[in-house]
Amino acid sequence: MAVAISTLDKIKDIVQNRHEYAKEWKARTGRKVLGVFCTYVPEEIAYAAGMLPVRLLGSHEPQDVTEPYLFGMFCPFSRDVLAQGLKGRYDYLNGIAASHTCMHINQSFESWSLHLPVERSLFVSMPSHVQSPRARPFLTAQLELFKTQLEEWTGKTITDEDLDRAIDVYNTNRRLMWDVYNLRKSANPPITGLETMYVALAEQMMDKEEHNQLLRELLEELKTRKLDRNPGARLMIVGSEDDDTEFLKMVENVGATIVVDDHCTGTRYFWNEVECIGDNRLESLANRYLDRSPCPNRDWPARRRFPLIGQMVKDFGVQGVIIIQQKFCDPHEADIPALTAFLKKGGIPTLFLEFDVTVPVGQFRIRVEAFLETIGQEDLF
Amino acid sequence: MSKEKKLYNSKPFDSWKLAKELRANHYREIAESRTDAGKKLLIGGGTESMIGLPAGLGDYVFFGGEPYAASFSAGDPQGAIECMEATESFGLARDLCSYFRNYVGSLLLDRYYFGGPFPKADFYLQTHFCDTHAKWYQLVSEKVGVPYHSTDLLPYRWDETEDGKKQKVEYLTGQLLDAIDWMVKTTGRVYEDELLIQAVKNEFRCTSLWAQCAVLNQNVPAAMDEKSMYSFYILAVLIRHRPEAVRFYEILLDEMKDRVANHIAAVPTERFRLLHDSQPPWYALHIFRYLEKFGVACVGANYEYGLSGGWDYKEGEYLRPAVPPQDRGVPLKTREDACRALAQWWLDYHLLARGIRFSGPGKNNLIVQTIKDWNCDGLMIHLNRGCEGLATGQMEVRLALTEAGIPVMTYEGNVGDPREFDEPRTLARIDAFMESVGLDIIED
Repeated sequence: MAVAISTLDKIKDIVQNRHEYAKEWKARTGRKVLGVFCTYVPEEIAYAAGMLPVRLLGSHEPQDVTEPYLFGMFCPFSRDVLAQGLKGRYDYLNGIAASHTCMHINQSFESWSLHLPVERSLFVSMPSHVQSPRARPFLTAQLELFKTQLEEWTGKTITDEDLDRAIDVYNTNRRLMWDVYNLRKSANPPITGLETMYVALAEQMMDKEEHNQLLRELLEELKTRKLDRNPGARLMIVGSEDDDTEFLKMVENVGATIVVDDHCTGTRYFWNEVECIGDNRLESLANRYLDRSPCPNRDWPARRRFPLIGQMVKDFGVQGVIIIQQKFCDPHEADIPALTAFLKKGGIPTLFLEFDVTVPVGQFRIRVEAFLETIGQEDLF
Repeated sequence: MSKEKKLYNSKPFDSWKLAKELRANHYREIAESRTDAGKKLLIGGGTESMIGLPAGLGDYVFFGGEPYAASFSAGDPQGAIECMEATESFGLARDLCSYFRNYVGSLLLDRYYFGGPFPKADFYLQTHFCDTHAKWYQLVSEKVGVPYHSTDLLPYRWDETEDGKKQKVEYLTGQLLDAIDWMVKTTGRVYEDELLIQAVKNEFRCTSLWAQCAVLNQNVPAAMDEKSMYSFYILAVLIRHRPEAVRFYEILLDEMKDRVANHIAAVPTERFRLLHDSQPPWYALHIFRYLEKFGVACVGANYEYGLSGGWDYKEGEYLRPAVPPQDRGVPLKTREDACRALAQWWLDYHLLARGIRFSGPGKNNLIVQTIKDWNCDGLMIHLNRGCEGLATGQMEVRLALTEAGIPVMTYEGNVGDPREFDEPRTLARIDAFMESVGLDIIED
């Protein structure tokens, strides 16, 4: 059983009381809070405008408030996000921002814009053909439009210095997150997958400078932390959005540790830095968002996601992969056969689980336990 | 609309037979392209795509996945189910796009709906028209083991700025030029720009002509009904880049004008007009005939009217057929001219593509305008689990219409998967809707 560490407790508290954090930040700073629908929104620019970007997430509670607005066949996460807005839980937001990522979350954004009062609804047309050289000048121009919209809204010019500072804060945050993740490469990681999930979620809800401070404190504490648990099988989770802490808790209670991930609210959020080339900050930002760990909706015609997953498997000593498939998500679903074949070729077994707003933890536990037994078969014989 | 019982003159379309022949020829050509006798370049991809772009390579045929899957579901529902099951065994989720599943299932079973083995393309060329499209042919090309390229169709938002529009035109134009370079490199063929220019001119003309046919259906009584339209719109989908499609729509337009001038109705008892939303359940098109028992004419849908583009729209002002660039003096002399004109045409006039990505007031207002312009009394929404794109924003459309006092009904189903359609329930919903608008079945 893990010994409670104060920084992790703080982080978990922020995640579980995310709205109170944002409201307190807003009251303290007098600045705006921007709800963000996807990790492809270039938050650095909003941060440079003095805002707090917060990732909109669901609450994992069954709901029926979205039915009049969003057909039930759209992904549970997008409906859960819209439900939070309709229930008034994000009533402190000054504005919302989305990027062209998928039809599901776009609809949540459109319905939110239509029915809920916000000062601004901003949209960045993020290209899907990220592998095309044409995407770079296009996205750079789009980011210029986004910057202009933020300036018009705030009445404040976003200077190069503002952008430099924001990029620096975000890059620092990414490096500190890598430092936390790198600790999970060890044979007995000092931090569990569940705890890391809280750290990653807090990252997406907090002022990055404040999160950086917590990360520094956490890294200091982790230097000497020893977990009183058998790490068990080393697993990776791969999928779309996942903030289901109950699921991770269950997996890590039955003889496994989640040591790394490839999903929307995990490494895909922070895995790539902004590399500033020349004086064009927006071009550098565009490059980062085009070259980052891709959502399957952007992973074509060549597959760049699989080699990245393969590298993570190798670097983190992964023994098995749980594919956490959000129901109704076509781009991720379309990748499943090829992904499982890719992992199988590399000798990595997979377990496919379909996720909804709530998951059948009991039934999943049985399947996870069986999966762990198959991973441990070689040890038996 | 008056609920009085009426009886208009009616007769089948003369053009219907030609439409069927052209479609059958196309699918035969696809199959024959794989034989020694009929061998030609076979290119696979989505028809909501740059089907005319390969024209410069010379003789080829484009095998579009979506209409193929629709044909399969319509003509052989049990076979379509077998395709779905094959896809599920392969590891693809049941809630994926049903066109995708039907097509991939055909490939896995090596069964071509039109007879013989499943035609495997020489390469795949796709446009990421929705979240599934580029992933569909990525999987197929890997399975078949041939090259693959895709472009990104990023439509204007309903409130797109002029700067945003220019950026999107540049992005798409550049990708089209790159796609041509890729095809030349992949095939080793010489590319003749003049052939491309002719193909895009055909595309502009074809889609504009079909839009003109659709506008004539604003007439009361409607000259075309939904079920007939499915035989007509499909040629713009399949072969809009070819001269025989242009000729067909010229013939159809003449016939439509004649029918309108002579008050020839598709539904002789028309007394109530519905607009449909989304694709139909292809295996259950008889629901439109059921509507006719009440004197209801389904006079069109954003789907078949808009699937190949060709609509010039300004919110609150007009919705009209777009004028082809060649008729507006737009230069079409070079490869770049053709690609730019094609990109501009799609982005400016492909409203369906816009509605697939972006919902909200923009889409709601388009549907309301269509209902008004086509003199419709209500909307029938297919809550279509088989196509996320067409289902985008449907509930908001329903809400907007309800608030505007326009009758609207919904029914759940799946464009391509017969297992997800409950016919008795759908007919019961139609009955209830008819009762709500004061219509009963017309006795013979």
